This record gives sequence, C-alpha cells and structure tokens, in this order.
Amino acid sequence: MTEGKATVLVIEDEPEIRRFLRSSLGAEGYRVVEAETGTRGAVDAGTQKADLAIVDLGLPDIDGIEVIRKIRGWSPMPILVLSARAQERAKIEALDAGADDYITKPFGVGELLARVRAALRHATRGASGKNVLAFGEVTADFEKRVVKRNGDEVHLTALEFRLLACLAQHLGMVVTHRQLLREVWGPSHVDHTHYLRIYMKQLREKLEADPVRPRHLLTETGVGYRLVADAD
Amino acid sequence: MAAVRPDPDALLARVKREETKEKRGKLTVFFGATAGVGKTYAMLEDARARKAKGVDVVVGYVEPHGRAETEALLEGLERLPYLEVLHRGNNLRDFDLDAALARAPQVLLVDELAHSNPVEGEPKPRHAKRWQDIEELLEAGIDVCTTVNVQHVESLNDVVAGITGVRMQETVPDAVFEKADEVVLIDTPPDELLERLKAGKVYVPEQAKNAIENFFRKGNLIALRELALRTTADRVDQAMQEYREGHGIRATWAAGERLLVAVGPDEQGERLVRAGKRMATALHAEWIVVYVETPDLIRLSEGKRNARIALLRLAESLGAEAVTLGGASAGEEIANYARERNVTRIMIGRPRRPLWRRLFRPSTYGELIARTEGMDVVVVGGADDAAALRNPFFARSRAFLSASAEPAGKRRWPGYAAALAATAMCTGLGMLMSPLFELVNVAMVYLLAVVLVATRYGRGPAIATSVIAVAAFDFFFVPPLLTFAVTDVQYLLTFGIMLAVGLLISDLTSRVRLQANVAGHRERRTSLLYAMSRELAATRGQEPMARVAVRHVGEVFDSQVVVLLPDGSGRLHHPKGPAEPGSFHGADLDVAQWVQDHGEQAGLGTDTLPSAEAVYLPLTGGQATLGVLAVLPANPRRVLLPEQFHLLETFSAQVALALERAQLAERAQRAQLDAETQGLRNALLASISHDLRTPLAVISGASSSLMEKGDALATDERRGLARSIFDQSQQMTALVANVLEMTRLEGGGIALERDWHALSEITGTVVGRLASHLDGHPVRIWLPEKLPLVRVDAALIEQVLANLLENAAKYTPRGTAITISAETHGEEMTVSVEDAGPGLPPGDPEQLFEKFYRGTPEGAVGGVGLGLAICRAIVRLHGGRIRAERRPGGGAIFSFTLPLEPAPPVPAEADA
Repeated sequence: MTEGKATVLVIEDEPEIRRFLRSSLGAEGYRVVEAETGTRGAVDAGTQKADLAIVDLGLPDIDGIEVIRKIRGWSPMPILVLSARAQERAKIEALDAGADDYITKPFGVGELLARVRAALRHATRGASGKNVLAFGEVTADFEKRVVKRNGDEVHLTALEFRLLACLAQHLGMVVTHRQLLREVWGPSHVDHTHYLRIYMKQLREKLEADPVRPRHLLTETGVGYRLVADAD
Repeated sequence: MAAVRPDPDALLARVKREETKEKRGKLTVFFGATAGVGKTYAMLEDARARKAKGVDVVVGYVEPHGRAETEALLEGLERLPYLEVLHRGNNLRDFDLDAALARAPQVLLVDELAHSNPVEGEPKPRHAKRWQDIEELLEAGIDVCTTVNVQHVESLNDVVAGITGVRMQETVPDAVFEKADEVVLIDTPPDELLERLKAGKVYVPEQAKNAIENFFRKGNLIALRELALRTTADRVDQAMQEYREGHGIRATWAAGERLLVAVGPDEQGERLVRAGKRMATALHAEWIVVYVETPDLIRLSEGKRNARIALLRLAESLGAEAVTLGGASAGEEIANYARERNVTRIMIGRPRRPLWRRLFRPSTYGELIARTEGMDVVVVGGADDAAALRNPFFARSRAFLSASAEPAGKRRWPGYAAALAATAMCTGLGMLMSPLFELVNVAMVYLLAVVLVATRYGRGPAIATSVIAVAAFDFFFVPPLLTFAVTDVQYLLTFGIMLAVGLLISDLTSRVRLQANVAGHRERRTSLLYAMSRELAATRGQEPMARVAVRHVGEVFDSQVVVLLPDGSGRLHHPKGPAEPGSFHGADLDVAQWVQDHGEQAGLGTDTLPSAEAVYLPLTGGQATLGVLAVLPANPRRVLLPEQFHLLETFSAQVALALERAQLAERAQRAQLDAETQGLRNALLASISHDLRTPLAVISGASSSLMEKGDALATDERRGLARSIFDQSQQMTALVANVLEMTRLEGGGIALERDWHALSEITGTVVGRLASHLDGHPVRIWLPEKLPLVRVDAALIEQVLANLLENAAKYTPRGTAITISAETHGEEMTVSVEDAGPGLPPGDPEQLFEKFYRGTPEGAVGGVGLGLAICRAIVRLHGGRIRAERRPGGGAIFSFTLPLEPAPPVPAEADA
C-alpha cells in the first residue's frame, strides 16, 4: 500500500453516497476531498492537488462527462466514473472522454477499493509499465515475449500476444473494444469486435484454467475487457 | 274485453314519430285549389298574428306577383334578402337556404312548396326542389310555413291533368304533404276567385285574360276545389285513424294490406303508378311496383328502357318499393312474387291491344286473375290521353341518361344471316338425303336448324328460319320441284305443322335462353356480393376493409369508388396510405360530410344534389353512420337503374356491417387492454408492495439496531446485521431493475445494440457474476467447441441467462445441479438451462412467461414474477422463441432460440 497517502477527490451530489465514500476511503488511509457540483469539482481537482478523481455522471450542474474533459484538459490523473445508469453507452462515452475506469451503482466497498488501487497503481507505474506480470498459473515477460503457464511455455500468436500486452498495460482496469482493436489490429479495424471475440476465446483457452469461467481475462459486457491479476 | 290493447309496435312507432317531430321544426302548409285563392295572403296574416304574440317570424321567400295586398302585408315583417342566381343569362331571385339556416328564426315563411330550384343556375342550388330545402330547414328545427296548390301534389297530378288538360311540371312528393304538421285549406268559391282574377288581383291583366280562358274555366275550378276539399278531408280522416290506433280503438280496415302494381313498358305505366299510390294511401297499405322483364321487353329500344328507369324511380319517390323481375311469362312471375310477398291486391293495366293479339295470346291480366286466388286484382282501363302526358320525372331522368346512352340497337343481321345459312345448309343436306329418305325426314332436318338458330341467336332469327325453311322445303323438295306451287294438298298441312312447330320451338328455346341469362345475371350478382362479404370477413381493421370494398364495388359497378371514414371528431377524410387502383380521388368532401351527418344519400340519382357526378351513400351501422361510400360510375345507368341502385345499397350495407364489426372489435380490444392494464397495475402493486416491504423491514430493523445498540453488540452480531442489510438491498436492487427493465421492454424503448458475441463468453460472464447467488447449485456448462458467433445484444442475453439461472436456483433444492448447454440446428442456435428440481407446476408451461405469474403461491419464494416475462420479451426482440418443458426424469428445461447469421470472416494469422 504505497499509495496510502494519496488524495482522492469525490465529485458527487448525493450526501449519503459522499458519506459512504468518505468513511470507506478514509478507513483505507486516503485523504478525501469532496465537491458537490461539477464546476466546483473541476476547480478542486487542481487546487486540492488530487491524485485521483471519482466523478458521478449524474451531477446537477454540468454533465459528469464535461467534468472529465475539463480535468483531462490539463491533468493525466486517474479518473473513476460512478454511474447509476446500467447503459453501456454512457460508460463508453465517459471512457472515451478520458475516464480510466468505471464502477456501477450500487457497488460494494471491496469493488470500489480495488478499482481505486488499480488506477493509482497504473498512474504511478506510468507508461513504462512492468515487464513481467504474473496472474493465476501464468507468468508473462513482455520484454522477452515469453508466456509460461505452470512453468511451460505457451505459444501465443503475434496478435494474441499484443492483445495480452495491451490488457496488461492497463492491469486491473477496463480497456474498451475500440481501444483494444486500435492498438492490436490498427485504427481501420475499430469496428471489428468479432475479432476480439475469437482472439479472446483463444487467449482464454491458452491461459485460463477454465476458459468458460475466466478468472483473469474478464468480460465487461458491452464495454470491453479487463485483465485482473489476482482476486482481491 | 272492453278495450283492445294497442299494438306496442305501432305505439312505439308513433312515439318515435312524435319524438322526431319534437326535434324537427313544424311544417304548416297553406293549401288551395288553384293559384289566387289567397294562400300567401293567409300565410302572411298568420305570420303577423304570430309576430304580434312575440314569435320570431322571418319571411324567407314570398312571390309577390306584384299584388298590392300582399306587399302591404309584408310591411313590418323581417325579410331575408333574395339570393341572386344567374340562370341561362337571366338574373333570378330565389330563396337563400344558407341565409335562412344561418338566421335560424323560430318560424320561417317560404312560399311555393312545389318550386323547382334552378339546377343549372350559378351558384348551384343544394337541392333540386324547394321541398327539399324545406326538409332541411325542418331538420334544423326551424318551423316552416309554406303554400301549395292541389295540382302540385304528386299523386293527384294526373287527376288534375285529366280535369284541366294542363299538366304541372312542378310536383311535391305526397310524403312531404302527408308529413305536414298542419294543413290549412284556403277555400275561395269559384265565382269569387274569378272576380279576383278579373280585378287583376291574381295575375297582371293580360295574363289573367289568358288564364281565364284556359285553366281557370269555372268547371275546372269547381273540380279542383272539390279535389282540394277531399284531400284535406282525407288528411283529417287519417289524423282520426291515428287517434283511434293510439287509443286502442279497433281499426275497421283489414290488417296488413299489401298492394302490388304491375307495370309494363307501355304509356300507362305512369298512370298506374299514380293510381297505385292513391289506392295504397286509401288502404294504408305498403305497396310494391313490379316490372317484369320478359323476352319481348328485353329487346326494347333504348328510349323505352330509360323510360322504365324513370317509371321505377317515380314509384320509389311515391313511396313504393320498386322491383324488377325476370321471367318468360309476366303473369306467372307476378303471381309467384305476389304470393311470396303476401300481397293482398294486385293492380294491373289493361293494354289496348289489337284483336288478333288478344286472340293469339291471353292477356297478362287474364293470366293473373287465373293464377291468383285470394287476391283482388284491379284492372285499370287504358286512357286515351296517356300518350300525350309527359311528366318531369321522365324529362329529368332522360337528361341523366342521354349523356351516356350507348349506340342504340344491337346489330341483329348476323342472326338473320345465320338463319339463311342454316336453311341453305339444310337444303343441301336434304338434297343428299332425298334419294334415300322420305320427305318427312328432310322436314325434321329443317326443324333442327330452327332449334340451333333459336339457341344461338334468339327468337327473331329463329322465326325467320322457320319461315324460310318452310319456303325452301316447298321450293326444293315438294313436287312440282323448283316452284312454290303444291300439287298434293296434304303438303299444306305439313307446311302448317312445320311452321307451327318451328315457331313454338323458337319461342320455347328463346325463353329457356333468356331465363338462363336472367338466372346467370342473378347468380353473378349474388356471387359478387358473396365474394366481397367473404373477403371482408377475412379482413381486419377498417382501412383494409375500405380497400376491399373499393375494389369490389368498383369492379361490380364499373366505377371509381372511395370509402371515406370519419376521424374521432366525425370529420371525413380521404383515405391515407396507398390507394387501390380505381380509387375515386375527386370525391366532394362537403357532400360526403352532409351525407355522413344526415345519414342520407346524396348526389347522382338521389333527391339531394342530383346534379353531382357521383353517388354518396351513407354506411349506416346499427347506431351511427360509419362512413360514406362515394361511387363515380363510368356509366350512370349502372347506378340509376333501381335494381342496380338497390344492389349498390346492398353492397354498402355489407360494407357498413363489416366496418361496424371492425369498430366493435377495436372497441372490445381497447376495453380488454384497459382491463388488462388495470389488472397488471394491481398485480404489480400487490407484488411490489410485498417484495419491497420485506427487505425494507429487514433493512430498517437491522440498521436501527446498529445505530442504537451498535456499541453493545458483539462484532459478529454487528457484521451479521450489516450482512442482512447488504443482502436485502441487493434483492431490492434486482427487483427494481426487473421492474424498470420490463417497463423499458414494454414501452418499446429498447433498441437492440446487436454485435457479434461468443455464447461461451456471455455464459461465462453470467455464471461469474452470479457465483455468489448460485452457491450450493453446481453449474455445468456444455458448449460445443465450434459454436458460431451470434449477433445479439449481449447485455440483454446475459439477462435472459441470469434470470433463467436464478429461477433454476430459486425453485430447486440446494445442491442440485444446473446445466447450461447449446446446440445449433440449421439457422438457429438453441440455448437450454436444465435443472433437476421438482419440475414445472401443473398447467400450461406457456403461462410461466406471463407477467406476475408465479409457479408457487405468494410468499413461499420471493420475486415479482417478472423474470420469465422479461426473458420472453428479450428473446422475441431477437427474433427467437422461448419455452419451458418438463425434463424427462424430473426437473425442468427452459430453452430459447437465437437466429444465426453468417458471421463475418476473421483473417487468418500467418504464424498461428
């Protein structure tokens, strides 16, 4: 828990949700700053030197997406979106606007803290990333381009490897379909989601203990995929 | 039995009549024997008296004829301005109906009930006759006073013509006169009237002189006065009878008199119809005018056939039912029809026929008398002046018909040529036969020719064949050959019999042919009507029905047709959407609206706006007018012929019936929907109140314990309470999500976000998500290795699977396995969720998918009963089916299908 002293900005209009976030995040050792409105929150993000922002999409004054764009305009700080809507479209829109991950209401504390940790970790690790990643029975060395399962080398195709690498780069965080397709297949293939279905299936068959019930290569229905190293 | 109970039906009819009278304005007719008796004068005096009593009286139209007395009386009365009409280059002053309707006084004076409106004038009048204007005024609740002379009453028209030798062009249907609420007879003794005439009080001097010499002869005046007095007396008598009926005083006439008037194409038809009207009135009888189309009559000239149409229309206007019968013998047809209709009296004319015809064939009336037992037959003698009499009805109808009359006279020469040819052939054949056979056989061959010609070409050519055959037989075969001379006298007998047989055959064959034709026509009509009814019966919804009607009516009557349906506020509109070929686009919505509002016919061939090109028929249902059928015939005769018109009415009645059925069905459906919605709302409330209350009670109880006693509780207990709060809130979340989802699905607010998905991934996600809810239920997943991708909305299909899994977990004992499997058949994939629980509840498995249905009684297991309903809605949205069945060996299988589409290719990788 190296990021224990991090400052988390909560932009949320519901006092009850704010209270719940304050107590659970506070208990984890984060400094919590609260903002009731989007405008206020966008200002506080700079003045309060926040390390991470949690933004509710349904704010009374300006749209949560607008807040994300404002913050993204000057800061790369991780942004988590709170969404009461089950619609995938809003989530994708927020992610496209620059949010790093989302969490759907109602949610449990465990889920929230895991997302916060993953986001902060990604931010501190920076673009360089870790070269070696272990999850489940798998260890992957992205520098040497070697993936092993239970010690035996697993042959991945070039695309499978790039897919895994892309997910690993955002470890613990959602990566949208478009993002994956653009980074793995190239910008002209962003609509070919069926590529992803096929390759994700192949990847799971090679890396997951039970490919039908994946524990690491998770599906975020309608949004994208998420690589989770270990269950929190 | 001191008092006789009044017939309830008759009483009801009277009450109805009185009710309509209530709403209708009252009609007062000032009735006189001739012009000049002072009707207008009396009417104006009456108006002044009413005005003095404070009644709102307005003079709509009065013809002053330049009479000073009349002018004086008009002083001080409010008058409507005249309507300026341009008619054949002249400016006419006429009555302004619209102004009268707009002014809507209590009492309106309109002179000259029998006046004809200038139909060709500009602006065009709405009605052809003033009495129709007055009908409309009465309909609008305005009391009307008017004037009429005895010679203008339709049924008295020819009596007056008989007396005076002058036939009036302007007539008023008897019904209008009979329906008048009050008739005031203005009686002036003939001498006094002549005085007034001479004094120039009726006409200007030179006109007066002329009039006295012609119409106003003293003899005429006396006769007309008597006629007027008698007509008024009849009315009084009728009022008396009505009173007697109403008070249960037994009537003196035989009940249920029905008069049949048989008319032919001759000139006395019109006389007969008028005489029939008088008799029917006197008898208080229903009456039918029957025209029999016999073989002779079918060959009538165009003009005579048109005269028949006019005659039957006249009969209808006088209140008769007009019927055309087909058959070989008029007498037989009439007698049969009369028996069918329980006719009590038959009226028929005695034609003036030459003696030889009377000897040759019995007259129709003779035949009738012989065939009708128990019916009175009234034979009306022919009138000498019949041919001279002309009636405006004839004139008007001819005007309609002349425009479209076909080229007259079918060409007959092929028939006669055939007669010649047939005889020639027989002669040839006879030449071949004569050396071998006796002459009698040759004669037989000739008779065969007669039969053939009769069958093919009808009577005329057949008769010609008979005659030519006899001549040819004589010339070529009877010695001395090649002369018409006959040596053996007995051949004369042969000729005679041959001719007689030939003629008889001609007649019989052509009758058979005609009857087959008539039967064919009837059958065709019936089958056309049946065809439309059948198609209407198979059609749902008013607009599709209207299209069916347009097609059929258009075909049958060779017309352009449109069905105009009213909107919610009763305004008619042209149909929307694609028009049927042959639709009538130029329908006059104003006329149609009038028809819709009044429930009466208008346009061509009717009394209202007869100058219109199309016929507008109301589609009258049981309670209301459901729309208007507008028909623009290619040939007006198709519609004007009474039988055709009735057929059109029959068609429109069928359409109305069908439309009414559609309307009732729509209404019933709406009512059912309302009831269902109401039922659903109640079920939802009941369900939700139960399913929300329980978790809420737990949450508030547990949280208040934590709040108040938190410090005193052990850590485990605190955690336990928090756990139940969490669990219950999760349940509520699921429930609210379900209700919202259902609302969204039902509201049609869901657009599928289809994309290519692997079922294995969807299944994995669901099972992963539900892991905590399903513990205790091992889930097995059996998916074929090469399952194709499906194009679905993954979030929704996940929900289907989740609901099925949760259901399986909820209704089966802990520890039993749940199996998810999939397979593909042709163009669809079937996904099944099996459990090993107690199976399905008894009854139709399909009802499990109904909203708010729960397999077990309330309370045992939570849930709103929406889960499966949502599944069904989602699967249907995807074009699939969902069903539940009992699993062999126990348990249940829920399965749904998803349509498969060819998946897009995935490029192969080089190093794979």
